[in-house]
Amino acid sequence: MTAIPMEHGLLVAAVLFMLGLIGLLVRRNIIFMLLSIEIMLNAAGLAFVVAGARWAQVEGQIMFMFILAMAAAEVAVGLALVLLMYRKFKTLDSDQVSRMRG
Amino acid sequence: MAVIFYISSAVAILSTVMVITRMNAVHALLYLIVSLLSVAVIFFTLGAPFIAALEVIIYAGAIMVLFVFVMMMLNMGTKAAEQERKWINPRMYVGPAILAAILGVELVYMLASGSNRAAGFEMIGPKAVGISLYSSYIIGLELAGMLLLAGLVGAFHLGRQDKD
Amino acid sequence: MFNLLWLVPAIPYFSFVILAVFGKRMPRSLSGLLGVGSVGISAVISVLIGIQFMSSPPAGDFFMQKLWTWMGVGNFQPEIAFHLDALSLLMMLVVTVVGFLIHLYSWEFMEDDEGFSRFFAYMNLFVGSMLTLVLANNLVLLYLGWEGVGLCSYLLIGFWYKDSENGAAARKAFIVTRVGDTAMAIGLFLLFWNLGTLDIQEILNSASMQWETGSGLALAVGLLLLGGAVGKSAQLPLQVWLPDAMAGPSPVSALIHAATMVTAGVYLIARTHVIFDLAPIAQTVVAIVGAATLLIAGFSALKQHDIKRVLAYSTISQIGYMFLALGVGAYSAAMFHFMTHAFFKALLFLGAGALIMCLHHEHNMFKMGGMRKQLPLTFWTFLIGSGALAAVPLITAGFYSKDLILWRAWTSDSGSPILWLAGIVGAFITAVYTFRMVFVTFFGKAKMQANHRPGARISLPLVVLAVLALIGGFVEMPHTLGHFAPFSKFMHSVLPEVHGAHLSISIELLFQIIAVVITLTGILTAYIFYYRKPELAENMAKSGFGSALGRFFYSGWGFDWFYYKFIVGPFVWIARVNKKDIIDFIYTIMAMICQIFNFVFRQTQNGRIRFYAAGIAFGAVIIVAIVMFT
Repeated sequence: MTAIPMEHGLLVAAVLFMLGLIGLLVRRNIIFMLLSIEIMLNAAGLAFVVAGARWAQVEGQIMFMFILAMAAAEVAVGLALVLLMYRKFKTLDSDQVSRMRG
Repeated sequence: MAVIFYISSAVAILSTVMVITRMNAVHALLYLIVSLLSVAVIFFTLGAPFIAALEVIIYAGAIMVLFVFVMMMLNMGTKAAEQERKWINPRMYVGPAILAAILGVELVYMLASGSNRAAGFEMIGPKAVGISLYSSYIIGLELAGMLLLAGLVGAFHLGRQDKD
Repeated sequence: MFNLLWLVPAIPYFSFVILAVFGKRMPRSLSGLLGVGSVGISAVISVLIGIQFMSSPPAGDFFMQKLWTWMGVGNFQPEIAFHLDALSLLMMLVVTVVGFLIHLYSWEFMEDDEGFSRFFAYMNLFVGSMLTLVLANNLVLLYLGWEGVGLCSYLLIGFWYKDSENGAAARKAFIVTRVGDTAMAIGLFLLFWNLGTLDIQEILNSASMQWETGSGLALAVGLLLLGGAVGKSAQLPLQVWLPDAMAGPSPVSALIHAATMVTAGVYLIARTHVIFDLAPIAQTVVAIVGAATLLIAGFSALKQHDIKRVLAYSTISQIGYMFLALGVGAYSAAMFHFMTHAFFKALLFLGAGALIMCLHHEHNMFKMGGMRKQLPLTFWTFLIGSGALAAVPLITAGFYSKDLILWRAWTSDSGSPILWLAGIVGAFITAVYTFRMVFVTFFGKAKMQANHRPGARISLPLVVLAVLALIGGFVEMPHTLGHFAPFSKFMHSVLPEVHGAHLSISIELLFQIIAVVITLTGILTAYIFYYRKPELAENMAKSGFGSALGRFFYSGWGFDWFYYKFIVGPFVWIARVNKKDIIDFIYTIMAMICQIFNFVFRQTQNGRIRFYAAGIAFGAVIIVAIVMFT
């Protein structure tokens, strides 16, 4: 089998992370922001798996599973918040809900 | 195998670019599923078939379905795409792009300065992962379960529509 | 029996704690019983200890009870230890016995007051502190008691705190005595610095060995200790607080501001008499302060119309006599006068309190009048007290003690005719203002109706104190009356004898006759001016000079005005100018810097999620850079 340098795998993860970050910073629609966060989380997971494969250890995969669990929980709560926000402000523009109370 | 890795990497990056540039949320979602599937292929090439399966089932399956449901409930149509176009100014890409570029350069620099060794292709199957997960990482597993429960309760609480 | 000594201060302290913690939830009768009973038990133990001390004196004529070491810092090892000798025994007896009588009196006097248990808590704390003061074997413990009684004095003057004037009077007392306390603290530092100990007996021993007579150090320490004594005992120039201290309840005035606490200064000087013997100048200053104070306070008392203020000024004046005695080296005479004064002045205050209580809290004696018929018991006991204060010859205690002081003022080595003259003029004034008070209050037409008569718990202390005010003087008879002097003999185990020329009995008799004539003339003057022909006094008060002098005396020689003008006023002015506190400016700048940062950082809290995300990303960039380049 042809070996894939670890750096290439990490490079892919880094690029995906950058894209997710750009999306997070550029988009105003809260749905897109959530999608970008998913991309970033996925990229981080990819980095873990690559590293795990590099050392032939299971820990990378286990970390990915934890990230997966975290992402699932985050999405559930995040989407519930999106619904709440839409119900309350009738918009998905994150800049519109900058007013803080408390 | 390596060829598959590079092809799927390219697909993943391209589709991710498409995700963040789409105006229509459903289109973006579809591209994201493509991206996730290609990452699953990457996992497979890296010798993590179990994770690849999880990626497909949970990420591309469950989580994305959740997004789809929410978008259906929000009922965004072409009007939303118009609005989206209005919200986005091309100049807004500049700042984040520079920031991300610096971060990318840093990461690449760090990768380049490290020892150049191949990522192994030793298959680490579900059995090994499962044994490790239920022995060394049992506490982490329990915590993840708690987290999911908390997410469930939180989402239920937030999503409930108060009649009064 | 001596081993029970620690119980004497401990019981009032214990009762104080109980009353302070549970006082509000206790029934009145129980808090009264506890407050009075604790001092009563102390008094009984004191008397038993006193009897044993006199019948079988301990070795060296003193008894030491060391409880524990308070703190240990290098060779500074102050102990909680009690030193009982003739001097502290006398003080202890007076404090507990007179204190008990006054507590008993208060039980009825304060019966309807809402702060009943609080009152007894403070009073017990006072008795405990005072006993600590007199029994302390080192100056640190003495200082603890000293400050403790000061605190109680403050609390009790401002006892009726709902009236802001009482609070002001309490603060005044506290601040004015603080001036003296500071001087005393410096004196203690000086002593410790030089002698390396604050144990009283060691100080007295090593001071006489290490310091020469008339040395500057002895003078400095003596004057600083005098400063403390002057503050606590309300002597010139710190006497201004005592008249205002009458804002407290009458039993408080009797106990603290007449019988015990104000004599703490006398006790301090008597206790450290060795230092004053080494510093003749300081001793002379003591005598001059005493003489000046007794005159100034006496004249001020002449014009007061609040009965308690008359008594307050008379207290200042009588303590002036004690200082005069201390100043001429007649320590035991000073202690003798302290004892008789405690009896008759407590009696007078309690009598005045009974009057005030029965007359709807009226303090102005010119509104009373004719109380002789309405309150006979109060009248007779008050009359005995007044007689003792005015030194009516032979039958009252005050005569013997005052006569002794006057005699020593001239004949002692450090005495002088001028001091004697001051004393004799003071005696005349004392007689005048005392009987002015008696005639105005008890004789003439009744202007008010007493609403009730004092009960048993008020009458009993009055009678007992009246008996003591009569017989208390018989423990020390002058040469002319057979020279029966167990008191000074007893005191001489602690206090040195007076050095002075031994003059013949006939000269002493002459002096006594002069004093007696002066006293009787004073009483007669008061009789003419305030009973027989009151218009004479009124005419005098109406004339221009007379009224100006009257106002001058009434204001207590304008000391309050003077202090306000030259000390309080400028201080307040400086405080006002420096309202923004120059030193504080440094800290204000710090606060301003914080505010600037606050302003800057507040801009980042704009609630925009993407801004926050960018912030996180930026932070990540920086951290990765740091990791990379280090």
